[in-house]
Amino acid sequence: MYSEKMLERFRNPKFVGEIKNPDGVGEEGNMRCGDVMKVFIKVKNNKITDAKFKTFGCAAAIAASDALCELAIGKTLEQALKIEKNDIIKLLGGDVPAIKHHCSILGVETLHKAIEEYKRKQKK
Amino acid sequence: MIYLDNASTTKVDEEVIKTINPYFNKIYGNASSLHSLGTEARKALEDSRKIIAEKINALPEEIIFTASGTEANNIIIQGIAKSKGKGHIITTKIEHPAVLETVKTLEKEGFEVTYLDVDEKGFVKNLEKSIKPNTILVSVMHANNEIGTIQDLEKIGKICEKKEIFFHSDCVQSFTKVPIDVRKMNLSAITISAHKIHGPKGVAALYLKKGTRLKKIMYGGHHERDVRPGTENIPGITGFAKASMLIKEKEIKQMEKLRDRLIDGLLKISNSRLNGDRTKRLCNNASISFKYVEGESILLYLNDKGIAVSTGSACSSQSLEPSHVLIAIGLPHEIAHGTIRYSLSKYTTEKEIDYTIKETKKVVEKLREMSPIRR
Ligand SMILES: Cc1ncc(COP(=O)(O)O)c(C=O)c1O
Ligand code: FES
Repeated sequence: MYSEKMLERFRNPKFVGEIKNPDGVGEEGNMRCGDVMKVFIKVKNNKITDAKFKTFGCAAAIAASDALCELAIGKTLEQALKIEKNDIIKLLGGDVPAIKHHCSILGVETLHKAIEEYKRKQKK
Repeated sequence: MIYLDNASTTKVDEEVIKTINPYFNKIYGNASSLHSLGTEARKALEDSRKIIAEKINALPEEIIFTASGTEANNIIIQGIAKSKGKGHIITTKIEHPAVLETVKTLEKEGFEVTYLDVDEKGFVKNLEKSIKPNTILVSVMHANNEIGTIQDLEKIGKICEKKEIFFHSDCVQSFTKVPIDVRKMNLSAITISAHKIHGPKGVAALYLKKGTRLKKIMYGGHHERDVRPGTENIPGITGFAKASMLIKEKEIKQMEKLRDRLIDGLLKISNSRLNGDRTKRLCNNASISFKYVEGESILLYLNDKGIAVSTGSACSSQSLEPSHVLIAIGLPHEIAHGTIRYSLSKYTTEKEIDYTIKETKKVVEKLREMSPIRR
């Protein structure tokens, strides 16, 4: 069902974990299957310098979380907000089953939440 | 590969393969033909029928061969419903889709249906109370394919006998593992399938009590008591009969012992629970839920370790809904999410079980490290 590239990321995620004293944290649940994703980010000069995740979900969700962190690191907040489902799927090797696309959407939404939280804290 | 998915399907026994082979290219006649290749095939068919009938204390003419358990369930349930035309059907919330979807379709066509609740162990509740004057059929599975719970068919049979209601049971998981006596249990019909008992895929049977009138759901020749048309699958059927004879009491005891070893070992992992009843369960089923982790992820990591299992997680279902059986026994979604079914066979060894316990523990720990909802 899954491509070898996606499974490889699922087996050996590089960005799993927590960031101590993160600048932003986002948590999002999936209404459809009940999964939960959490993303931690470090921000410096408007750029994401580090990102980590914790995910309770399927193999596609874990792989998508990992790909998301890889995509986010090094991007400005504006660029990071433009990351789309398809960017994640592309990094996962392209052929993610349609029924698993929502796992990548979950990643995008969780990152948005983390960035929002960061911005909210900045305003205070 | 350590194969612990025997509730899905099993490896065909070597003895079965030996039995089947001549029927492909030596005794390949059509059992309806009058020449000797045909009559030899007919004899193999009738001998097989006798063997299966004996296993469940039925008469040979009460056994009808089909191409799957799914088909057998359809023939019985649709057949009874359509011969009556209307009425009330009782089944349970934990049936296999082969029963559940058939009944749901009849409901859409105008039949009244009660889906019985089960308790937290998976035992059927409120059967007697649900019977109405117009009840035409009770269908309750013997052993559940996901959580292994074994229903008391004798008790249900008594109730149906008293009320004179047609009683069907899907015995696909229990056949050869749990004793079935269609007379003692007052069964009107049952379903059994070869590929769950080390027989070939695509062959199954139903027992239909003598004298029962069914409306056929498929039309063709007059094979199999004029209930199931189609040239009989002689290799499959002889293999099915052979498979039903092979299982020994000793092997059942061995599976029970290993099942208990597996359950005890897995329950040592923190925040885990056994689904179903501890003793009234299939000799080969261990259904365990691990909190804070998701089943498909566990399954794929175990696969990397050479262990094959299955899961009731929403993420692995096409509908993204958790297993209806786990929901029926009252598991919250997030616990159903982390449920793994291990199903053993007579080939399973103690070494395999110990390795499986060890690797499951590692996998669950690794995934819990990744999980945001662990405290
Ligand atoms: C309880 C139960 N009923 C029916 C079936 C369907 O049998 P078959 O695969 O022969 O169609 C299965 C197996 O998948 C089962 O476990
Ligand atoms: S997170 Fe449930 S299907 Fe992917």
